[in-house]
Amino acid sequence: MAKQLEKKHPLAVRWLHWVNFPLLTMMIWSGILIYWANQVYSIRIFGYELFHFFPSSFYEVSKIDFWGFKIPDYLPPWAYEWSNIPYRLAEGLQLHFFFMWFFAGNGLIYVIYTIASGEWRALVPIPSSFKRAPLVALHDAHIVKKPPPQGKYNDAQRIAYTCIILMGAGSVITGLAIYKPTQLSWLTSLLGGYEWARWEHFYLMVGYVLFFVVHVFQVVLAGWANFRSMVTGYDIVDAVEEQPEPPPTEEVPA
Amino acid sequence: MSQDKDREVLLEKVREFEERTGHTVDSFPDDPNNTASVLKEHRYLSEPLSAGDAGRRMFIKSLTGFAVGGVAAATGILSWLWMPGETKTALLRRTFEFNEKLSQIFYRPSRLAPEFAPDQVTAPRTNGMEGLEGEIDTAAYTIAVGGLAGRTEDLILTLDDIRKLPRTEMVTEFKCIEGWSYIVMWAGVRFSDFAAKYLPQTHNGTQPDVVNRPQDLLPYVYITTPDEKYYVAWDMPSILHPQTLLAYEMNGSPLKPENGAPLRLASPTKYGIKQIKRIGRIEFTAERPKDFWADPQYGYDWYAGH
Repeated sequence: MAKQLEKKHPLAVRWLHWVNFPLLTMMIWSGILIYWANQVYSIRIFGYELFHFFPSSFYEVSKIDFWGFKIPDYLPPWAYEWSNIPYRLAEGLQLHFFFMWFFAGNGLIYVIYTIASGEWRALVPIPSSFKRAPLVALHDAHIVKKPPPQGKYNDAQRIAYTCIILMGAGSVITGLAIYKPTQLSWLTSLLGGYEWARWEHFYLMVGYVLFFVVHVFQVVLAGWANFRSMVTGYDIVDAVEEQPEPPPTEEVPA
Repeated sequence: MSQDKDREVLLEKVREFEERTGHTVDSFPDDPNNTASVLKEHRYLSEPLSAGDAGRRMFIKSLTGFAVGGVAAATGILSWLWMPGETKTALLRRTFEFNEKLSQIFYRPSRLAPEFAPDQVTAPRTNGMEGLEGEIDTAAYTIAVGGLAGRTEDLILTLDDIRKLPRTEMVTEFKCIEGWSYIVMWAGVRFSDFAAKYLPQTHNGTQPDVVNRPQDLLPYVYITTPDEKYYVAWDMPSILHPQTLLAYEMNGSPLKPENGAPLRLASPTKYGIKQIKRIGRIEFTAERPKDFWADPQYGYDWYAGH
């Protein structure tokens, strides 16, 4: 069967996408070095503490008990030693306030490019995307056989990729509110105060990590050709058959 | 030909099109192309190629893409890993300084930190005992002030000299660089009131005017504990902020030794590391002073400004 090469991702988008990976990694890593200096940060779900970001001196076994299996709610001492994080707050701040410029700049260029090039059309959800997005999840879960409608991105991708950009903006805004809580006190207050802004900044990071896990999982499932298209920009597709002639519309004499 | 006949031809064509492509009106919203078609996504397709040609072209593109990407990634990672320690330290320190300059451009002393009601005060936490060793004799306590207009020697002040100045109270959030914060009620003297009484020198020899021409004053303030084991540097705009106090009371009672008795700085314009306890000497200076936590062995931000 005849094939065609389809141009999928512009050069700018590919660079911005891949450059974002080490930048976000450095932002998360340095951010953890910063959060690690205080013991209040943890992941809680409905009041249950799943994971506590804090040193081994606070290590203890959780009271959550699943039929004898106790979940540790602090990072165990060996993991703490291994990760080599203790007392690196100053280094975390140095890295965070260095890489923030590149992270924010990369995101800003991406947004400007996406708007200017018209790429946003393939990316932002349309109203019906929210209705159809569950189909994508059901198809991925092998509950619905029929593949969901797929343009360059499907409806779930449109929502996810737009969300991650909004989250990026959220990180910059909550970050500014923490960075200059007096000069930008209106912003900090708008976010619920200094403590809240720190939590929001923290949970956005947790959101990135969850996004990353799902994203990588989906990319693995989607296969090599999809991954390759984010590097080369191209994918091989079956040749599109010629469109049929439009049905005759001229008036026919009676 | 009748109209019915034409209609049949047309329907036949539509039916044939639907069969061939699978697109029907009824297939909405499951039609594979409908998302694309609704927003008129353009597809950029090459001319039709044989499977072999397509594969060969793709292979060349992959080779180029992965080679360029690999070289770029290796360059980035290796240049970061192999960057000499001093270069990296200098780069990060200069970034702090760049951020500081930018912060100062946008800094306005009129922007205040939120103040709270006295009943919103939360349990305090104590941190940092550098420079607080040994007992102090409050009755004999003095504070030396250097860099005053018209003087070369330090001026020695007693706590009563400070208490005579206008009293200011504020309930603000104290923020530690480690990430925790709590709400404290402070009482003391605005540093700007102190500087208006004990005038700092100017850098251009003009008569000091703290209220109207603060930019003419010496640009830095260096404050140390009596034993000089803890020391902080402040920029003049931040220390003249209306919420920067020389505090002598905390939460309604005189400062406790661990909170910086008898006199300390309290300000929501900088992190706690800058709000020095047990002030022994205050010096107005033209030189950018050293700062305990900004020293190279610690590496914190010299400005640390909010």
